[in-house]
Amino acid sequence: MSYILTSIKQLLGLKPERPDKAKQTEAVRVVFESKKKEHLDPDYLREIEAAHARTRHRHKWRNRRWATLIVVNLLFVVSYSFDVQLVEGAMTASRVVGFHFADLNSALQVMLAFKQVVLNLVIGTLTVFVLWWLLGGRTFCSWVCPYHLIAEAAEAIHLRLAKRGWVRDYSFHRGVRALFYLVFALLALATGYTVYETISPTGIVSRALIYGPGVAMGWVLALLLFEVFVSRRAWCRYVCPIGITYGIVGLISPLRVTYNVESCHHEGNCRNVCLVPHVLDVTIRGRARELDTEIGADCTRCGLCVDICPTDSLTYKYKGLDKML
Amino acid sequence: MSEQTKPTKKAPRLSPKRREQNRREFLRSAGLAAGMVSVSLLGLAPLIGGANARLRPPGALKDRLNEQEFLASCIKCGQCVQVCPVKAIELAELDEGVGVGTPYIDARKQACDFSCDGLQCVLACPTGALTHDINYPAESRMGFARLSRPGACLAVRGQGFKGLARGPDYAGLLRYAEVDRWNPIPVAEHPYDLELCDLCVRQCPIEIRIAQCMAGEPPSGDPNQCPPRSAIALEPRGDGPGRIPVVKDGCVGCGVCEMICPPEPAAIVIDIEQTADSIS
Repeated sequence: MSYILTSIKQLLGLKPERPDKAKQTEAVRVVFESKKKEHLDPDYLREIEAAHARTRHRHKWRNRRWATLIVVNLLFVVSYSFDVQLVEGAMTASRVVGFHFADLNSALQVMLAFKQVVLNLVIGTLTVFVLWWLLGGRTFCSWVCPYHLIAEAAEAIHLRLAKRGWVRDYSFHRGVRALFYLVFALLALATGYTVYETISPTGIVSRALIYGPGVAMGWVLALLLFEVFVSRRAWCRYVCPIGITYGIVGLISPLRVTYNVESCHHEGNCRNVCLVPHVLDVTIRGRARELDTEIGADCTRCGLCVDICPTDSLTYKYKGLDKML
Repeated sequence: MSEQTKPTKKAPRLSPKRREQNRREFLRSAGLAAGMVSVSLLGLAPLIGGANARLRPPGALKDRLNEQEFLASCIKCGQCVQVCPVKAIELAELDEGVGVGTPYIDARKQACDFSCDGLQCVLACPTGALTHDINYPAESRMGFARLSRPGACLAVRGQGFKGLARGPDYAGLLRYAEVDRWNPIPVAEHPYDLELCDLCVRQCPIEIRIAQCMAGEPPSGDPNQCPPRSAIALEPRGDGPGRIPVVKDGCVGCGVCEMICPPEPAAIVIDIEQTADSIS
């Protein structure tokens, strides 16, 4: 229950709860007490990180994720250009070997604007709901969304420029994304048009890949420039309603990243690489309440934190799978 | 790193600097919200006056005049584009605002000649934006043909037509049942030799179906494919040798007449402000 509440707060962009010592379990208290006693030498920490950086698995999940994202989007492209009917359509709605798939947010926009629902859309929506429920909800964002990949490139440029002090990251209140969600839903309902789809880079990039680029890519370019020069990953962090839609699916998803406080050194590398660092606030020294904490639904399950953690304190976990096996 | 963290005090007072940061972040966020919503609302602008209105695929919310419902229900996936055998359907650009990614047909470039018979685009549509309420070409209401330049019409001028209707470089396709029952071929590979130009009538998919039904060979062997009413016919003009194409209430607005018409620009075009139902 607290997982769902924490996740909803994250999705709404509310400030995370301050640590409450009374709610910490005894085991966690013991861990933090012992951590107070042990002084970790910075050189020792650096050595652990350097050793981790040398391992072959350093980018395991990132590479798998990029491969998945590219393959999925290529399937759309190849299906159309070579007329092999595997994944017809675009990211907003498609038919995967004949089965209807509909992006949940696009489907929602259509339902709100059109105020009628045909069976095909119900089937497509349910299929995709079950798919992303099984796979983690916002997993859609980092593992499939084509805008995510180019935004990652823009982010890399932003970070490089920021390192030299040429740009800085202007943050926004994360609650603004929840506001956008509400506004775009109300606009669809009130105007009878799918207003959000006009500016959705996910739809625009997906269609550009499949049917050829057009002027609409200019808007995507503007967003990328904004992310490079003004605000890191601004679209995904502060605007995109698709993220909230899949975040809600993720509330009940069994696929989560789990944090173990015992082995953690609290260096904060995970928060530095994270698209949604607020979900990792639990990794700040003194924040954890239990030995193992499941990272909230706003997490995109991208695995960057799993990759970078030198102590394996962050791992993927499929709830219930260990019991089944 | 080695510094010990002190337990934070309850309800910490924010420093003036921190408060100023929060104030700025709030203003920035309000600006982002206002800006982003304004940009998305700009998408509604092209709707004013229907400036960018276009010919839609068959079944686009049953009747062309229900454009608003069509735009509301289209999920912009392009599955209709993918199944069209003559590649008549294209996706709209950003200049259509909220219509970005919606399907349209440029009839002069490539009209829908219903060569799939089964309305593949309608079957492919996942949201019913191309409504499943229609099953046959004759039931679609895409627009209504209109002889916009009678003076340019070869039939009106009493002229015949010999050669390629749209020239050798034209990329458009049509299905000629007498050449290939199943596959559309380039119009540029199908020369005509007509004493009086009747291309708009001759190539009209509705008229072709009527003729097939009269011959006892309905498309796909399905009598339901037979259109109930005629779409276009050449009728005598009072004086002179010419005849004039008259659009009938069986016209569905598919655009083949506009596509095949030899003069440049076409003498006959599709009026998307009308459909057979609104005419009668």
